[in-house]
Amino acid sequence: MLLSILTLISQWAIPFLLLAVPLYGMLKKVPVYESFVEGAEQGFYTAVKIIPFLVGMMVAISVFRASGAMDYLSRAVAPLTALIGAPSEILPLAVMRPLSGSAVLGMSTEIMKIYGPDSHIGRLASVMQGTTDTTFFVLTVYFGSVGIKKYRYALLTGLTADISGFLASVYICNLLFR
Amino acid sequence: MLNIVWFLLLASGIIVAALNGNIEVVSEAALSAAQGAVKICIDLVGIMALWLGIMKIAEKGGLIQALARLMKPLMLRLFPSIPPEHPALGAIILNLSANILGLGNAATPFGMRAMQEMQKLNSDSSEASTAMCTFLALNTSCITLIPATIIGVRVSLGSTNPTEIVGACIFATSIAMLMAVSLDYWFRTRSPWGGKG
Repeated sequence: MLLSILTLISQWAIPFLLLAVPLYGMLKKVPVYESFVEGAEQGFYTAVKIIPFLVGMMVAISVFRASGAMDYLSRAVAPLTALIGAPSEILPLAVMRPLSGSAVLGMSTEIMKIYGPDSHIGRLASVMQGTTDTTFFVLTVYFGSVGIKKYRYALLTGLTADISGFLASVYICNLLFR
Repeated sequence: MLNIVWFLLLASGIIVAALNGNIEVVSEAALSAAQGAVKICIDLVGIMALWLGIMKIAEKGGLIQALARLMKPLMLRLFPSIPPEHPALGAIILNLSANILGLGNAATPFGMRAMQEMQKLNSDSSEASTAMCTFLALNTSCITLIPATIIGVRVSLGSTNPTEIVGACIFATSIAMLMAVSLDYWFRTRSPWGGKG
């Protein structure tokens, strides 16, 4: 029931916007096509402007991951997981979450394949996947689009949010699914 | 801070690879990541053009401004440095709404637009403004009502109740968001970093 409602919403959201906004424009006597093109023109420049920032960040993260340094980091913090009541397989997910969205999706899919999506660890992996965002990627892309190189405290705020999201995921999963 | 993080990621990766005797993975990883990054940006061009085009129509019709007016009490508190009814506020609201609805590909263009508008108000264009930091704190910790990707994975792996995790996700994200907003508030009002307008 919930699934079909959610599917319905996600199927309709974009068609609805694509109809509603131009319709609203027509009613307000906006030259809709001309305005669309005027706005769309900015799309190219913005996307191209992000390239150097994203290349820099993705190269560093990719080297960090492929070399195995990432695994060492996960293993080094593994004793902490017992402390907060989470299975140790879950920690690499938490460490990876702010760095790479696709890596985390791969890892959580793998965990669910091994333990089953309805196992405790499978649910925990799902909740962590659905919580917070790829902080590094978002900051790189958003700041990059306006050419900002000094992030001030934004990275610290984002990473603290990621850690709290992880702890909250562990807490709520232990509470609900155990 | 970012300089240190970036350097540490790169340097520790190379050192670990050297110690493990598989230094050859470094060049492979670096080159394919560089190409991958460009591909992501090129893929973004079309999506950006589509949503920025739609947004321009909404803006000319006054929809964005109306949205900003509707959320004014909340926005003024979160973004005291942005004048009320400034287009940045409308773009921020659109970005967060798209995030909440799980429309990731629409959220990014709206977010870029918000950043560009905030950049116009920024006194030092190479350094993040206070409003930008608040916006990104909200953006990276934003609630998603429909975590579509993970529900999809659960369905494909034969879960008996693929959506049972939605409530837990919303709870955990709310905690993260609360934390992000409070910490951001602390940084911009109490810390030595908060001096800039």
